[in-house]
Amino acid sequence: MQSSISLSTPQSHSSLTAIARSNYKFEPSSIAPSSNKPLNIRFCGLRREALAFSFPQPKRCELQRVAVSGRGRSKKVSASLSDNGGPPKSFDYDLVIIGAGVGGHGAALHAVEKGLKTAIIEGDVVGGTCVNRGCVPSKALLAVSGRMRELQNEHHLKALGLQVSAAGYDRQGVADHANNLASKIRNNLTNSMKALGVDILTGFGTVLGPQKVKYGKVGFTDNVITAKDIIIATGSIPFVPQGIEVDGKTVITSDHALKLEFVPDWIVIVGSGYIGLEFSDVYTALGSEVTFIEALDQLMPGFDPEIGKLAQRILINPRKIDYHTGVFATKITPAKDGKPVIIELIDAKTKEPKDTLEVDAALIATGRAPFTNGLGLENINVVTQRGFVPVDERMRVIDADGNLVPHLYCIGDANGKMMLAHAASAQGISVVEQVTGSDHVLNHLSIPAACFTHPEISMVGLTEPQAREKAEKEGFEISIAKTSFKANTKALAENEGEGLAKLIYRSDNGEILGVHIFGLHAADLIHEASNAIALGTRVQDIKFAVHAHPTLSEVLDELFKSAKVNNAHVTSPFREPVAV
Amino acid sequence: MAHLLNTTFIPTPSPSLRRHATTLSPLTQIIPTQKTQVQSKIREIFMPALSSTMTEGKIVSWVKSEGDKLAKGESVVVVESDKADMDVETFYDGYLAAIIVEDGNSAPVGSAIAFLAETEDEIAQAKSKASTSSSPSDPSSSPTSPPVEVTAGDSSSVGQQVVEKTVSKVMVSSSHPAADGGKRIVASPYAKKLAKELKVDLSGVLGSGPMGRIVAKDIEAAAATASAVVAEAPQPGGGSISVAKTPAGSGIELGTAVPFTTMQGAVSRNMVESLAVPTFRVGYTITTDALDALYKKIKSKGVTMTALLAKATALALVKHPVVNSSCRDGKSFMYNSSINIAVAVAIDSGLITPVLRDADKVDIYTLSRKWKELVDKARAKQLQPHEYTTDRKISVVLDWMIRDLRGTVGGSQSIFSGIPHHAESGCCWMIQ
Repeated sequence: MQSSISLSTPQSHSSLTAIARSNYKFEPSSIAPSSNKPLNIRFCGLRREALAFSFPQPKRCELQRVAVSGRGRSKKVSASLSDNGGPPKSFDYDLVIIGAGVGGHGAALHAVEKGLKTAIIEGDVVGGTCVNRGCVPSKALLAVSGRMRELQNEHHLKALGLQVSAAGYDRQGVADHANNLASKIRNNLTNSMKALGVDILTGFGTVLGPQKVKYGKVGFTDNVITAKDIIIATGSIPFVPQGIEVDGKTVITSDHALKLEFVPDWIVIVGSGYIGLEFSDVYTALGSEVTFIEALDQLMPGFDPEIGKLAQRILINPRKIDYHTGVFATKITPAKDGKPVIIELIDAKTKEPKDTLEVDAALIATGRAPFTNGLGLENINVVTQRGFVPVDERMRVIDADGNLVPHLYCIGDANGKMMLAHAASAQGISVVEQVTGSDHVLNHLSIPAACFTHPEISMVGLTEPQAREKAEKEGFEISIAKTSFKANTKALAENEGEGLAKLIYRSDNGEILGVHIFGLHAADLIHEASNAIALGTRVQDIKFAVHAHPTLSEVLDELFKSAKVNNAHVTSPFREPVAV
Repeated sequence: MAHLLNTTFIPTPSPSLRRHATTLSPLTQIIPTQKTQVQSKIREIFMPALSSTMTEGKIVSWVKSEGDKLAKGESVVVVESDKADMDVETFYDGYLAAIIVEDGNSAPVGSAIAFLAETEDEIAQAKSKASTSSSPSDPSSSPTSPPVEVTAGDSSSVGQQVVEKTVSKVMVSSSHPAADGGKRIVASPYAKKLAKELKVDLSGVLGSGPMGRIVAKDIEAAAATASAVVAEAPQPGGGSISVAKTPAGSGIELGTAVPFTTMQGAVSRNMVESLAVPTFRVGYTITTDALDALYKKIKSKGVTMTALLAKATALALVKHPVVNSSCRDGKSFMYNSSINIAVAVAIDSGLITPVLRDADKVDIYTLSRKWKELVDKARAKQLQPHEYTTDRKISVVLDWMIRDLRGTVGGSQSIFSGIPHHAESGCCWMIQ
């Protein structure tokens, strides 16, 4: 086995660099600064390509010595990789992950695939926020709200020739759907890790020192384990600003809201980001009226402004939603003794009291705070910034003096780079690649994001203002291609012609800078664009790709085809066409 | 050029438009050169034709608001076309003085959708121009006008049902629990939206929601009473109140187009909709000696033929309930729970059908009195919504002049029959 590995290495190395050369997205900074690290540069998405073989499920002890990059995992290598140069010790585990959420889980699965002896520590429930209090239950609720909205939209159905009488819902049934789904996914996650031989350790994990972790349940004795590499993946919790009293019944966070214990007549949502927006979709579909409180002057500040405007026109104006922008909610008192929830608003800039609202419920959706307290970071001289663990582009933790802490990584919401589940997972995989000898830098601009309202919003890359700023700074021209869903056959067949897709690209070389979609199935459609950005595909190449007709993907086809690149005659890295 | 600018409708020159449409560049009114003398300081911004077949356009949203400074070429409004939403640019520098057609509303191609003032001083002038020119065009353009309709039919939208809700709760209130001594108005988001749409003043509405907040149905109720109390759109001509259906005729300029009043619009709409209703005609000759005798007897007590006929109809319906049923879903009879008979009354330039409720149960004298009351109210335009609209009813048209009138009916539930009367008066029954 050893010999076959060493043979393949040079091959893989060269093929990778060949692609790298023609790939505009290649970042010179990704070449490892220290000469110790092997020079196999991998781009996200290409990692398995070079390897023509896959190994069967090996025994744990054997695996420790085998690394994919072709270098035997000898003790010499590990010694050269660590800073202190002290005598190598044997560890309980190759990799210990603190936190069994989506980030931790993704890292664990990949680690096992790479042959690492892995343990994962979880103090609460496996699956973390995403499965139990986030993505999974919220999508279940949004599925229900999407259907309700459709069934209640008599006008819309009539245009299709349908009529539905009295669509209704049972709140408990809806809540059960969400809960059952969360349980199911939680079990799947747990079983998948168990089946692969990952040790799931229950308890609250703390870093004791370099390569040493302690874990234990409250009231029980702690266990100390050693690990060659440690990944912190403790995630985040809903952030509740000062002055807001959460009682879990009338003043709630997303954690409570997803249990759907009651549907209020009038709910105020503090924060108009994607979490607030998704909840407004759910509540208005189930019959509530919503008021947004937004500190900035614009609703949905994180989105591309053009998409934001369209989203406001379709997701807010026609629905029973109103809003106050440029205000803070300084004090929120839960309802008691028959009095309603009272919200005091002040002007965001002048801090003068502006208004007082009396409503049935308030949902706090002002963002998420990292969950890094009690991690023992002070034991390794790491200071958090607003709670976030400072890391570099390779997820390596940086200590208070600006040095890299060896063998310690932090992924997911805890580092604050991109607080999305799939970003955490991708970061975890990137770290595992690195500890198994292949350098890897994740390109965050190729990570898509989606908001699951009806219609959906999705994006990848830069917004228009960000792209323009970059263009000015670096001295290139950008172009924008836009198309409406009204021109798409499938969208019209579904009578869902409301929507917009937007492509921001460099007109000189065809590099895709950003794609934004608002419309039916936007969250699924974005991946063509995110893949293109990840692989460095240029507009002039992708416009020849064929899309099935009639599908919504033709919206993107339109975008690519309508883009005009100036020097399109530059040779593209086309593979030889396959005769069929 | 000035005369072009001042008219509300310009037949846009099509060749240049087509050219613009194919290149998909933003459009505005086509003024060929910019070297024209500035004859009027208030310019109109027109609804552009975004395709050669477009006759009407819907405003998606105003990019600029009233009072904003506009630069030539800046996009001012987004108009919906069948392919995409188009940004419409302004051809002139100036200030967006007044918006005539709001977001979500439509306007015919070429009609003015806003006024642009050259200088800030003229903004006020433009605004006043906008308010005077918008009132006659209101009935035809605005789809969000209050849902008060004088309708003989039940074919109008579900929104009509709203109007029927009891209106008695609306009063001017200066304090209620949530209002904090009248300083704050607590209204739900949807209530606020509706209030804006229906032009209801929130401070005059009493809230019936939890903790006394104003909810949507309070606004709808307020809107309904407000418009029932206020007189209908002005009628042309003198106030001659005649029973005859022939229009007043005076004061109408020949060769002009006068827009319908709300009532006329409703009647016309219902007439057209009635054409879609399946009908069949039955003719039956009867001798009315018994009827005439009865009439002679109780005429002195104030009972009119109308009341008699209404009562007779009601009693007949008791025996034949199927005539008092409707069919909405194409497969079942919806039997009405009560027998309500509406009788048409001609009023100035229009028609209204006050309803006699439970005509079978009420005695003939009460019925007659009630009828008199309703007619007086109708003529004084003081009918409450619940007095002229109801879900299911039978309508009777009486026309003393016409011997054999086959009227038409409006409504999705209609059975029609016409019966000429063998007497000096002709009468025709219209059953809806």
